[in-house]
Amino acid sequence: MAEAAAVVAESLAGGRARAARTVLDQVVLPGEELLLPEQEDADGPGGAGERPLRLNAGARARVRVVCGPGLRRCGDRLLVTKCGRLRHKEPGGGSGGGVYWVDSQQKRYVPVKGDHVIGIVTAKSGDIFKVDVGGSEPASLSYLAFEGATKRNRPNVQVGDLIYGQFVVANKDMEPEMVCIDSCGRANGMGVIGQDGLLFKVTLGLIRKLLAPDCEILQELGKLYPLEIVFGMNGRIWVKAKTIQQTLILANILEACEHMTADQRKQIFSRLAES
Amino acid sequence: FWGAAAVSLQRSAHPLLCYVAHVTVGLAQNFLPEWTLLGDTSVLAGVYGPAEVKVSKEIFNKATLEVILRPKIGLPGVAEKSRERLIRNTCEAVVLGTLHPRTSITVVLQVISDAGSLLACCLNAACMALVDAGVPMRSLFCGVTCALDSDGTLMLDPTAKQEKEARAVLTFALDSVERKLLMSTTKGLYSDAELQQCLAAAQAASQHVFRFYRESLQRRYSKS
Repeated sequence: MAEAAAVVAESLAGGRARAARTVLDQVVLPGEELLLPEQEDADGPGGAGERPLRLNAGARARVRVVCGPGLRRCGDRLLVTKCGRLRHKEPGGGSGGGVYWVDSQQKRYVPVKGDHVIGIVTAKSGDIFKVDVGGSEPASLSYLAFEGATKRNRPNVQVGDLIYGQFVVANKDMEPEMVCIDSCGRANGMGVIGQDGLLFKVTLGLIRKLLAPDCEILQELGKLYPLEIVFGMNGRIWVKAKTIQQTLILANILEACEHMTADQRKQIFSRLAES
Repeated sequence: FWGAAAVSLQRSAHPLLCYVAHVTVGLAQNFLPEWTLLGDTSVLAGVYGPAEVKVSKEIFNKATLEVILRPKIGLPGVAEKSRERLIRNTCEAVVLGTLHPRTSITVVLQVISDAGSLLACCLNAACMALVDAGVPMRSLFCGVTCALDSDGTLMLDPTAKQEKEARAVLTFALDSVERKLLMSTTKGLYSDAELQQCLAAAQAASQHVFRFYRESLQRRYSKS
């Protein structure tokens, strides 16, 4: 009984909170607690539980850290809620402590305000369209939320059309709402996506990788065939090339490039460029 | 498309295997199957969600968690229903349902083979599937089975034969943060002291399972 208790004590000792800085770019699991930078000063030298007395104990400047996807505030620590790699971005303007988030691999989309997504119109009821965006609820899109749309001049949207728009309302308590104009009233690339082409689904992580600035995959794809491509943050990609065969090749490459290394990708591109 | 990573871990003579696989299936885009083998017991688990929920089943402030357990042969019966309820209660304690109100999260478990410690294997598979699907959780959990035979000897992860001959079989679900008890179900005759002893042994054994979770998830993320 005593040795079982000793073993239990040793296993529990591994569950202490770690400093967020030391775990950057490593895989974190749900349930881990992370210490923010200013708290380490208090816990560091007095590891046994004693703190050095300070005369101006309350006057230490608090660094404002933004808690991104996969993390929750738990007291004054961060609790990890999803499995993935911990990332950090330094603040641009010099104020605040930057953003921490967890890069997880996921296929299911949860609507977020401001995200540009590709939706499929599923129903037309009165003045609004119901658009399936891959979340738990269909989003609503008003017929007036298109460029140049008025009550007399309705947009030409049918059931089954593809729409590229952004969310204006997206939280856990309300039905998501999307629009196809930006805040100035211009379409800016949004609206009904044209005829032909192929819509397919990939993981959310791949979309983020492809939309990152200086993505090599996109540049290489552009050199391969002339193409039109639309990325939705809900994991949907619409692609159109001159012939159906080229479209299918592009779709297969994009789906496969998540699991390929850079070398394998270059090999495939060079083989396709030759043929 | 199948990408699988298999790891074998020896623990009290019962190897623990887990395939963490990424499968793209036509319509079920949020379906992530996980296999867990405990000795020769294997369970395939898949998680769908957060998805649409019927108005009759929706809860206004949290997600509706559903567990479906299908036996290897025959129609699901009362024993499956009871195990589903136990697994659902464990998952509800751990999943942050308040982040996705009025949605449903469904865990589907299919028994591939049963050679003892089935409930513990189902719990492990359900946990890995939830983590893989990206459902927000406040900690991980694992299942451990203990059997006490007539001499009072404690066996961890008993085989079907050991379970049948045992005086008492106890299954515990433990969380990863402080090894707290989330769920316990017991069958048979045992004393108070024996219960504490089994719980302590289960807590010690659970660290192997959690270390195994960590290793297989690190392997999964190291591929990308």
